[in-house]
Amino acid sequence: MIDLTVIWAAIIGFAIVAYVVMDGFDLGIGILFPLFKVGPDRDTAMNSIAPVWDGNETWLVLGGGGLLAAFPLAYAIILPALYAPLVAMLLGLILRGVAFEFRWRDPGHRALWDVAFTLGSCVATFAQGVTLGALLQGITVEGRAYAGGWWEWLSPFSILTGFGLMVGYALLGACWINWKAEGDLQRQAVRYASRLGIALLLVIAVVSLMTLTLEAQYYARWLAQPGVLVTAQVPLLTLIVTVMFYRSLKRQKDAQPFFWALALFGLCIAGLGISIWPDVIPARVTIWEAAAPHSSQVFLLIGTGLLLPVIITYTAWAYWVFRGKVGQDGYH
Amino acid sequence: MIDQEWAILLARVQFAFTISFHFFFPAFTIGLASFLAVLEGLWLKTGKGVYANLYRYWLKIFSIVFAMGVVSGIVMSYQIGTNWSVFSDRAGPIIGPLMAYEVLTAFFLEAGFLGVMLFGINKVGRKLHFTATCAVAVGTFISAFWILSVNSWMQTPTGYVMGANGQFLPGESWTAIVFNPSFPYRLVHTVIAAYLTTAFAVGGVGAWHLLKDRSNPGARKMFSMAMWMAALVAPIQIFAGDMHGLNTLEHQPAKVMAMEGHFESHPDGAPLILFGIPNSAEKRVDYAIEIPKASSLILKHDLNAPLAGLDTVPDEDQPPVGIIFWSFRVMMGLGFAMLGIGLWSLIARWRGSLYSSSPLHRAALVMGPSGFVAVLAGWITTEVGRQPFTVYGLMRTAESASPLDAPAVAISLLAFVVVYFAVFGAGIWYVLRLMKKPPEAHEAALDGTPVRTAGITPAPAVIEGADT
Repeated sequence: MIDLTVIWAAIIGFAIVAYVVMDGFDLGIGILFPLFKVGPDRDTAMNSIAPVWDGNETWLVLGGGGLLAAFPLAYAIILPALYAPLVAMLLGLILRGVAFEFRWRDPGHRALWDVAFTLGSCVATFAQGVTLGALLQGITVEGRAYAGGWWEWLSPFSILTGFGLMVGYALLGACWINWKAEGDLQRQAVRYASRLGIALLLVIAVVSLMTLTLEAQYYARWLAQPGVLVTAQVPLLTLIVTVMFYRSLKRQKDAQPFFWALALFGLCIAGLGISIWPDVIPARVTIWEAAAPHSSQVFLLIGTGLLLPVIITYTAWAYWVFRGKVGQDGYH
Repeated sequence: MIDQEWAILLARVQFAFTISFHFFFPAFTIGLASFLAVLEGLWLKTGKGVYANLYRYWLKIFSIVFAMGVVSGIVMSYQIGTNWSVFSDRAGPIIGPLMAYEVLTAFFLEAGFLGVMLFGINKVGRKLHFTATCAVAVGTFISAFWILSVNSWMQTPTGYVMGANGQFLPGESWTAIVFNPSFPYRLVHTVIAAYLTTAFAVGGVGAWHLLKDRSNPGARKMFSMAMWMAALVAPIQIFAGDMHGLNTLEHQPAKVMAMEGHFESHPDGAPLILFGIPNSAEKRVDYAIEIPKASSLILKHDLNAPLAGLDTVPDEDQPPVGIIFWSFRVMMGLGFAMLGIGLWSLIARWRGSLYSSSPLHRAALVMGPSGFVAVLAGWITTEVGRQPFTVYGLMRTAESASPLDAPAVAISLLAFVVVYFAVFGAGIWYVLRLMKKPPEAHEAALDGTPVRTAGITPAPAVIEGADT
């Protein structure tokens, strides 16, 4: 008997991974944006993501919508618990989303919309990082509802994960620019990628160690015998991937550093999975407790099974249409 | 009021504010996407440059409105959880899959092909580009399908069973949930409303430019197309609205009582109250101007048919009459004004004065924003008319809200108001500025900036074969 709840957990996990893979780099470009020279460099950076950002953000809507459909109880508890960071994220996404259009539409106020683009990207990223940290450190749940106050999410740990995610997305953004740009802008991006790589490793190390102290469940999951033999592979792989990342950067590869950086993110998400599985709200609510009834799971799974491959196909096609270096005048 | 009541009131204001703002954008893009698909199709078929120019003219406006629709829409998909978590938990097994289907079948389709539609004409060729435009247009319609199914289920819930944990669970068949009793009527009425909204916006812009230069071929073409749409669709909409009203009478009679201002029952023929001031405290309509028995004629097709009033509904189950009474009249008044413009344009066309009649152009200009007002008024009528329930008759608004402190909701509401007015105010300003410019024979591609016109969509390549 196949457990549909597990399949749905995997689908939601996939949506989150897809979101981080795709929207991470375009939020990261927003974070790095003020460091790029006004004029052609900024236009190139913007042009490299203008055709795809909307599709990238749709995965966030699928994550939210999928959570409501497959785990309504988790949706109903998590969203009020993270009220302030989520509202901040939404407002940030508004600011940066409209900046794509408005900066072209109103050259007289381009500087203003560039600020909005950066501010929105930073706020949205920071808020997503805070959300992750707040969930890991645990939220107060009573019965079928959130029972904490409206500042419970705020802690040194959640602030750290907030800034940590900004470092991570900025790394993805720098690698994307390295892939898509040429000349000075590309060299600038390589410098940033090199420094951000080290910064991200530090963040990963500190967050990982702090996570072990948050809940007994996490500690046991990672360090109890004999599981430690498996879980120890994650930090080992992280080191290997980091070496590969710097090697590709040194050999002046275009695309490779981006994918090695994504691999680092993949390992972080795998580590997260090890910590919290099988909970949908870490250390509070399991996926089975929050699962929607069988009929809802089946009804949506049919469509998802049919549509997700199609969506991935035409999303890949849209990326393929805009492949290659952007150049100062748009795509070559 | 105690803190919890404040929190719920503020959450309601926040939802009403964010959804009202959001609704303007899809109401425009649903129609505009189809209009763009028609323009590009006509360009491919006839090769006439005027269609290509109009396509590029409206594509610039579409790109701004669509972006605002996307970002304001993401807010809606999260706000149901942040502010209405008890509703999310209980209704999630029903509405969650429908909303997820909207993401899977519509949002990805629109977003995936939007980039190609906006920037890709040189990269994929005209036919594939036309396919992308059509995909976006179809996506907007599919999106309307699912979200209106969700909304209709909240108005006329069917196909559910109550779970032991208080959740609404899907019953035997999802068809009963998706195609709940009010859904077909609401879908038709709302999609036509979006088309009319676009028709009058396009017509208003065309009229503005005709008033300045009657010979502008782009202005003539867009005005003519918009007026055909108005003349053909406004009567259909009035018919569809009537059907929707009868459906509402069957399933949500209290809403119709509020729309009609019927505080009292009328056992032998109810009057149609044209105007008046609803007095909810005294439960009567002051200064009413009414046509005897006409309401019974419209709603029951019988002059003497009895019609129940709000006196048959317990006070705690009644929607607020004042708002609904007025918003309904605003929508109706604008609907008939649209019909009038459509008929007027037919007469002018028959007389050959469609492009020269300044009074018609002025009237069309004034009616330019009418669709937006009518859509909002209609939406207020149906949503406020659902009160005091979120799931009609089954779950009250007061028991649907998140356990939030009032200050948290107050601050977020303030933030939404400030950001929405600043950001969307700027966006609407940019749209109006684009509309102010007349359509030109060599309309620039998506952006006037050299970066994108020369790069992503080089003007010469697009204009090739596109001269009038």
